[in-house]
Amino acid sequence: MKTLAQLEKISDETKKMVELRLGSTKEADKKYHIMICQGTGCLSSQSIEIEKTFKKELEKHNLQEDTMLVKTGCFGICEAGPVIIIYPEGIFYSHITTEQVSDIVEKHLVNGNPIEDMLLHGSVVDGEIIPFNQVSFYKKQKRLALRLCGLINPENIMEYIAFDGYKALAKAVLTMKPEEVIKEMIDSGLRGRGGGGFSTGVKWSFTAKTEDNQKYIVCNGDEGDPGAFMDRSILEGDPNSVIEAMAIAGFATGANHGYVYVRAEYPTAVNRLSKAIEQARDLGLLGKSIFGTNFDFDIEIRLGAGAFVCGEETALLNSIEGFRGMPNPRPPYPAVKGLWGKPTVINNVETFANVPQIILNGSSWFKSIGTDTSKGTKVFALGGKVKNTGLIEVPMGTTLREVIFEVGGGIPGDKKFKAVQTGGPSGGCLTEKELDVPVDFDSLTKLGAMMGSGGMIVMDESNCMVDIAKFFLDFTVEESCGKCAPCRIGTKRMLEILEKISDGKGTLEDLEKLEEIAHNVKISSLCGLGQTAPNPILSTLEHFRDEYIAHIVDKRCPSGTCKNLLSYYILDNCVGCTLCAKNCPVNAISGERKELHHIDTSICIKCNVCLEKCPFKAIEVR
Amino acid sequence: MTKDLLCEGKIQKLEEIIENHKNTKGKLMPILHEAQKLFGCIPMEVQKKIADKTNIPLAEIYGVVTFYSHFSIEPKGDYIISVCMGTACYVKNAGKILEHISKEANVETGKTSEDGKFTLEATRCIGACGLAPVITVNEEVYGRLKGDLQEVKDIFAKYEVV
Repeated sequence: MKTLAQLEKISDETKKMVELRLGSTKEADKKYHIMICQGTGCLSSQSIEIEKTFKKELEKHNLQEDTMLVKTGCFGICEAGPVIIIYPEGIFYSHITTEQVSDIVEKHLVNGNPIEDMLLHGSVVDGEIIPFNQVSFYKKQKRLALRLCGLINPENIMEYIAFDGYKALAKAVLTMKPEEVIKEMIDSGLRGRGGGGFSTGVKWSFTAKTEDNQKYIVCNGDEGDPGAFMDRSILEGDPNSVIEAMAIAGFATGANHGYVYVRAEYPTAVNRLSKAIEQARDLGLLGKSIFGTNFDFDIEIRLGAGAFVCGEETALLNSIEGFRGMPNPRPPYPAVKGLWGKPTVINNVETFANVPQIILNGSSWFKSIGTDTSKGTKVFALGGKVKNTGLIEVPMGTTLREVIFEVGGGIPGDKKFKAVQTGGPSGGCLTEKELDVPVDFDSLTKLGAMMGSGGMIVMDESNCMVDIAKFFLDFTVEESCGKCAPCRIGTKRMLEILEKISDGKGTLEDLEKLEEIAHNVKISSLCGLGQTAPNPILSTLEHFRDEYIAHIVDKRCPSGTCKNLLSYYILDNCVGCTLCAKNCPVNAISGERKELHHIDTSICIKCNVCLEKCPFKAIEVR
Repeated sequence: MTKDLLCEGKIQKLEEIIENHKNTKGKLMPILHEAQKLFGCIPMEVQKKIADKTNIPLAEIYGVVTFYSHFSIEPKGDYIISVCMGTACYVKNAGKILEHISKEANVETGKTSEDGKFTLEATRCIGACGLAPVITVNEEVYGRLKGDLQEVKDIFAKYEVV
């Protein structure tokens, strides 16, 4: 491909192919498009078998010519998986099984009657079926980074081009100067989505200003926050947007080589990304003299190997160079002295996914979305105790209440909301009274939490906050690379104190000691991992100090989580069925048949078997 | 465990891998990834071979291998059971599931059973948070687990172990 005209020709031709998905049936050569989600979540619940069954059923009804089966990336609502969407109507089926496929084909495709019971909850309003984008889960969302996830086949570059793919690169390379691209990026106000929140345009300008003949673009796809998976979903659902953005960054800064560093634990993402890179090369969108200019750019994939600290940029660069993934002190920043000592732009996957649309639609369009200091949207991985778990994208400034209770559908099982943890192991938790704060970079930091990469774990009254703090510390202790002492030793000492507290052996002085160490680790650690590791402790101590005190003074875990503080009791409604006594592995339960049983708490090992076995709910933990 | 890890064919394959990466910048990580795939682990003999052929000091290779959790020096079991310990799974009782499996397979977390059949791992988030809590046995994914013992027994039944 050497000219814009060639790209536009492909785009026009392929537009017809995807038009149906935009609700237009004018020029469509197919009657239906069936989009089958094949993100990791749905793949693990049999979406490949579902695709195969569809193929068979379509042939059975002789519909294979009229119907296009498209395997796509993630739709976001993993809770409902496996899921499919049927266009042109945009009808969303959830929790599909292979057995139901023949029904869908027969009733919906042949007879034109969608099956209401099998639709995504909330799809039927006043007896009418509404398209999925009107359903409460999607209504408040605004999808920019996830724009094409679920709408295209990620393994076919033509579908990306049909949705204006690579037009931003053409615009930049053919009509703009590198300085203009950077100015557009700075004006847009886009800030790094990986956690730092630094201006992307300004970062690019640092690298552009250096006068080195070798510069690099690196994409950070080492998504380590346990509970966040937006980067994986973008790479799985729309890898070309990242490739295009990296090429634009290369043009703007004068770099001609890029690396994508992805976790080895994401095989599907790696596979689709490599396919996309190959296809882009075949079309001449990567390689020598792109669009007939003297701009060359190519991309290589490098795999991570399971070290959380490699999400830190200098550690990541060390890992690409083939060393242990340990951070270096900054400055010098990678933008000036990075990979192999050369100036390197390093941005995260979600950040890159926003770039092509900013170049194509202009910075003022992007700036119109979001809050004063945080522009655009943010993707959150909503998980834990919330009905609609999955991936969501909302404009910056949306409140936590809207995210958790409207998009997320609230807390399952009539339980009470307790807290939400944002930013993973580096973040903090927020409570009921902060639910109405508009979410952006600065508001979260001010509250002692942080945006991080966008993990959002909801907790209900059955979660113990001491235990949660312990969980995150356990994570950081394991993942601390050991290079600097405050992080290596400090996190370990903090974890020990937390263990002591949850074992019922803590003292009130421990809380002071905990706060003191937390403060020191925060200010003296080398990299972000250590500097933010104390956040979960500090924020739970701030909001749930009473829970810590209950563990220490009353020797009680209010939510019934910390095992060593629990005792099992049999209630009066025991009918003496003997089931618990028979199953108790240490014979701690005594009692005659048809009489009230009794647990000897000095023998009980708290294995929970009796509680699981009791058919009468007569066993209580307190 | 008596597995024929280092047969001639595989050593030759390793030499090819190293040769293929002759001109790769920062070649150690890609070589280790492919070696881990080839042998299922990266024992000392393999590390020595890589050191010989690449002129990277053995100490440095050992340092890198032991730094990353994806690489292992010891061979793993036939079935690798990974219990996801990501936050979403953890708050939905993944800890309990790990305990049940550990008891049922008689293997400690991070270790391989004596008969070489199972390796039990507590793994980082596998990104299937929508299906939490999740475990994987080799490539097979089991999601939306309830956390009781029977469920674990049912899964084990598939792998012919009681």
